[in-house]
Amino acid sequence: MNPTGILGAAWLAYRRDLLLALRHWGQVAQPLIFFVMITTLFPLALDPELAELRRIAAGILWVAALLASLLGLELLFRSDHADGTLEQMLLCGQPLTILALAKGLAHWTVCGLPIVLLTPFVATGIGVPFEAVGTAMKSLALGTGILSALGAIGSALTLGLRRGSLLLGLLVLPLAMPALIFGARAIDLSIHGDSARGPLLLLAAMLVLALTLAPPAVAAALRISAE
Amino acid sequence: MWRGERQVLAGVSLSVAAGECVHVLGANGSGKTTLLRVIAGLLTPEQGTVEWGGQATRKRRDEWFATIGYLAHSDALKPELTARENLAFDVGLRRRIHDQEIGAALGEVGLAHAQNQPAGFLSAGQRRRLAMARVTLAAAPFWILDEPYTNLDSAGAALVAGLLGRHLDAGGAALVAAHQPPTIPHHVPRRVELPS
Repeated sequence: MNPTGILGAAWLAYRRDLLLALRHWGQVAQPLIFFVMITTLFPLALDPELAELRRIAAGILWVAALLASLLGLELLFRSDHADGTLEQMLLCGQPLTILALAKGLAHWTVCGLPIVLLTPFVATGIGVPFEAVGTAMKSLALGTGILSALGAIGSALTLGLRRGSLLLGLLVLPLAMPALIFGARAIDLSIHGDSARGPLLLLAAMLVLALTLAPPAVAAALRISAE
Repeated sequence: MWRGERQVLAGVSLSVAAGECVHVLGANGSGKTTLLRVIAGLLTPEQGTVEWGGQATRKRRDEWFATIGYLAHSDALKPELTARENLAFDVGLRRRIHDQEIGAALGEVGLAHAQNQPAGFLSAGQRRRLAMARVTLAAAPFWILDEPYTNLDSAGAALVAGLLGRHLDAGGAALVAAHQPPTIPHHVPRRVELPS
């Protein structure tokens, strides 16, 4: 028998989740539609004065991205738990931390990355100047990564619970507050022509911390949920 | 083990030797599935140990997981993926596998014609056969099978019995929880009955 290496197993787990997302594109599109709807509804509900919109644009972008990410998180492990594939993953002999990391990365690819790619279109629609769009994309790229990592912990902890989605929000949202504050601040600074380097570096540090701590926490939570 | 306020599996002890099949039977709720999940390592018992080759399996968990092929109550298949894709991903996590091996395993369980069909379109019996193909492809010396005959017709049951027989002939071992005793060519399973 030629055992699969850790990276090979991670690649398989990542590829499988992408394939499943592709075949379930309706579910995947839901958070993105939500993100676009929130950001386009704000100018209609508020005073469409550009200066006014520009003042709250960073907050709109970040809150919309945060809530859109939450929508997709519930699905991260739920179907694996329901159809029994989670048990097979636990018994495959590969480190669960690596598989959890691969699944989190797949979640970011289908949920976080499209949000980042949509940002230039929705950001300019709510008055973000062209020069600040790059910062907005960087801020949301780092931020959605943090949200995927934190959300994976919440998703694993609430597996098998009734009304798990409500609990997921209660668990993840407080943890995501620092990312929200610094992410929105980075965009705001950039809108006003200031350097956003400080908040972006803080976000990057938070992402590194989340990527280091989340996979073992997710693995432990999955083991508990499987019992 | 406790299930709510009821204790199951108190004082249960069993061993399985190479080339042997142990048939676990008992009334509904006697703890057959719980026993299999404890042995597989999916549940942690309050007391007692599971040993393989004289060593506790919890101390070398990854090695133990590579030793077992586990068929649960659920078929653990992704309905959106084809039969072939399900096997490629599930078995691929354990070992490197070639397309020909998957094709041969699907042929063996009578699903060659359905290899590119999504698992969600297969019948319950066909999904059970597909789950059984995953166990055979795992190349594990110890099979843990929970109700392997569920949803299978007589041909399917004979197929599982044949696969079990070949596994035991090759020196493998098996623990089977089922209400009916498995009929395995050239082998007589040892019965272990759980108290109700």
